[in-house]
Amino acid sequence: MCRLAAITSNDYFSPMENVLALETMKEGHDGSGLGLTLKDLDGEFKTLKDYPILSGICSRSGINLLDDYMNNMGFKLKHVWTPTIKPVKGIKPREYYFARVYDYPVSYKHKSKEEKEDLLMNSRIALRRIGEADQSIFVFSFFPDVITLKEVGDPLAVGEFFGLDSGELKARICLAQGRQNTNYAIYLYACHPFFIQGCCTMANGENTAFLPIKQFLLSRGNPGYSGYNSDSEVLTHILHYTTRHLNLPLKYYKDVITPLSAVEIESRPDAEALRLLKQSLRPLCIDGPNCVIGFTPDGSCFMAQDSKKLRPGIVAGHNGKYALMSEECGVDRVLPDRDKDADIYPMKYDFVIVSPHAQEIKEKASDYILYKTVSPHTQEVTVWNQLQG
Amino acid sequence: MEPAARLDKNHQLSVKELPYIIRWSSDRCKRCGSCTAVCPVKAIEPAVKVKRTVKSEGAVPTPTAARQVVHVVEQVTDIERSCVGCATCALVCPNDAIEPELNPQNKFLHYRNRGGDAYKRGGRRNDPSLSVLDRLKFTRISMLTDPALDAGRHEFRVRTLLGRILSPDSLPIHTVDGRLVVDKQEIFIPPVREIYPIMIGSMSIGALSPPMWEGLAMGVTYLNEVEGLPVVMCSGEGGLPSRLLRSRFLKYFIIQIASGYFGWDEIIHSLPHMIEDPAAIEIKYGQGAKPGDGGLLMAQKVMKLISEIRGVPQQIDLASPPTHQTQYSIEESALKMLQSMSMAWGFRVPVYPKISGTNTARAVLNNLARNPYAAALSIDGEDGGTGAAYNVSLDKMGHPIASNIRDCYLDLVRQGKHNEFPLIASGGVGKRGNLAANAAALIMLGASAVSIGKYIMQAAADCLGNEHNRCNLCNTGKCPRGITTQDPKLYRRLDPDKVAERVVDVFRAADAELKKIFAPLGRSTELPIGMSDALSIEDKAIAERLEINYVC
Repeated sequence: MCRLAAITSNDYFSPMENVLALETMKEGHDGSGLGLTLKDLDGEFKTLKDYPILSGICSRSGINLLDDYMNNMGFKLKHVWTPTIKPVKGIKPREYYFARVYDYPVSYKHKSKEEKEDLLMNSRIALRRIGEADQSIFVFSFFPDVITLKEVGDPLAVGEFFGLDSGELKARICLAQGRQNTNYAIYLYACHPFFIQGCCTMANGENTAFLPIKQFLLSRGNPGYSGYNSDSEVLTHILHYTTRHLNLPLKYYKDVITPLSAVEIESRPDAEALRLLKQSLRPLCIDGPNCVIGFTPDGSCFMAQDSKKLRPGIVAGHNGKYALMSEECGVDRVLPDRDKDADIYPMKYDFVIVSPHAQEIKEKASDYILYKTVSPHTQEVTVWNQLQG
Repeated sequence: MEPAARLDKNHQLSVKELPYIIRWSSDRCKRCGSCTAVCPVKAIEPAVKVKRTVKSEGAVPTPTAARQVVHVVEQVTDIERSCVGCATCALVCPNDAIEPELNPQNKFLHYRNRGGDAYKRGGRRNDPSLSVLDRLKFTRISMLTDPALDAGRHEFRVRTLLGRILSPDSLPIHTVDGRLVVDKQEIFIPPVREIYPIMIGSMSIGALSPPMWEGLAMGVTYLNEVEGLPVVMCSGEGGLPSRLLRSRFLKYFIIQIASGYFGWDEIIHSLPHMIEDPAAIEIKYGQGAKPGDGGLLMAQKVMKLISEIRGVPQQIDLASPPTHQTQYSIEESALKMLQSMSMAWGFRVPVYPKISGTNTARAVLNNLARNPYAAALSIDGEDGGTGAAYNVSLDKMGHPIASNIRDCYLDLVRQGKHNEFPLIASGGVGKRGNLAANAAALIMLGASAVSIGKYIMQAAADCLGNEHNRCNLCNTGKCPRGITTQDPKLYRRLDPDKVAERVVDVFRAADAELKKIFAPLGRSTELPIGMSDALSIEDKAIAERLEINYVC
């Protein structure tokens, strides 16, 4: 089972905190890879928040292909960040790790946000296609204010390998997955977290309904719904399809991936709509054990369990900083002084949402007024009970 | 010269030509006459023979010949009365003195056309080989990397949807204050039923005897109201008793309309009095057992009850034409039948067509998939059964269900409509008794539901038929079990309560078995429709054709 460590905070923090949480959770775990997605970046990216960042890995020949493509598309390179690679035993460095900040092509300057995001997604997919066969280019995300790092190896070693312990790279949200490999050959495109147009998820399960879900997504006509080297990638695309394509409030993600039974739906105030939704999105119902942690473009973080709650999961913290992790010991590593009585262990009907910056919600945003607050002291976290709606 | 045929019986058949040979034991037989009385085809008859015996009594051998009159049970060699192997004689024999034995060397089909009358029968395709459905294995087993589910402890939702499902993009749903609401005025919302994925397929009152049909109906009602399994059954062509049409139980029945429109006079007249909608309306365009043939209820089965329900005189052949006479194209079918049937029930009832398996199924499918009133497509494969058909149709016409349903499903996948348009598969489900496994295999190939017919007759009422042409007398009205007859002397043998009990047994057991299949696959929340990565077969060509795994 893969280990999951997500942190969302009002203050910028180093992703090394996530890596150390993974290290704490590591017992019995082979730690065969690390994936990190950082959102809301500090440091040299702080002044570049409106510009898309392309994260990936290239070979020497790959970077030329990448540059050619980006130039042809009209993207202008504004800034380049590369991690300071430290030689670490057991990790074979690849040639070029990068996060490159671009300015949009001139023709897109005045286009809508959606059009710009489509351009970014299509460009990422095109680059993937160019470099996938010979593995000369890996691109993980291409979006403003988001960086993704992935490499094979022990999470702590990978963290040191990328120089994350220097504190140079900081963010307000970081999703990290320590991989328990189930394949002989580890393929970077199969590594979590997965990202598409501001939606990001990671999971630690086995999605037994993978094929029907994949077929449904592939037939939606969205070029972004592709890849699927991991059965968990569909979880990200379902989030994207639900919240961006169908424009449903985030909580309905839970209703899509783990729909209620017909009898249970009757108790919901929105039963009529839910019935239709369940029917039309029936192939997106996941099965098997899964704890899903993710974030949405607005910076909300969430945790959802499968319909039988077959995996562990905890959301805990305090106003200003929350951890969403697969094991409690990981949270203890990051937030040892929290009030443990307020820890939340989401059960099968629960959908936990931590608001952006882990802050109390000041305004009655329409998305949140239905959420049942688990504790009057922790309004920055809402536990939405699917059964009660 | 006068032929000697009459003297040496040259133009008579020997029992060696017949499909079943009666094995009768003189020394066990007490001559009660039960077997000859019960034989549905009069293949055996009592006979009196003169027997020459030689006796020798006393100390010195003094053999003396004597003639003795003996009573025997004799098999007739008239091809019209040849033994059908039903073994009803063995069932009633008190001393196990008689039984039929399959004769694999028979030349039955060479002769069963006397008077130029092609052989007609009921039953199924006479092909005892292992079907593809029975060769499919479930090989994606959850082991260690993902915990397998517990069929006995975890919640399983073995349900399916019958009805046209809206595409996600056309959902009339809006967010108001963070909550979803439905705008019913925005778009036609088709009716959808949540049902059990194994349905009882179309077998009419008329084809079935009153106690058989009643037993099925009682069993289905019990399953719904006591067991909580929403099993539905289809009426077949010929309508329903008006008492049932006006009852609250109508919701468990799919009413079929076929090319003869039998029974629809009564249905239409009952419409204003219906207190429940039927589960669905099935428009029959074809039947897997006899593609291109219409329905046929022989005169001997058109008794008083049937004539009343169907609105026809008694004792006449009721033949439905091969096609619906008012339609000359699929557009006509879609427009006229689907819409008028939908309209009759205020667009509250799913209406779907049933066709026989065919190479052209995808063309039908693609036309229907574009029509918003088509609720589903039911495809009946070559292993489907029938009450009456030409033997050649049964044995040689039709399309196997596995590749037909797979092709259609993958076509829908390519169009992104595989969730919107349910496919119902039938024909050979449970052929060898593996009801749940066959149903699960078809579901994983892409069917939303399966229909059964012969299996339930065998399992619930002990139908004697098999793929060796055993019995198969459904067309004659002489069913020895009382399942497919309108003769009270025969159908009084059948206890409807026992049939109902067995129907319940069958579905409860199938439900347990489906869970035993789905649990190791890690599927429990939704029916694994199209989950073909769980299927494998030890045949490369079939694996390639069905786009599933090859294993060995």
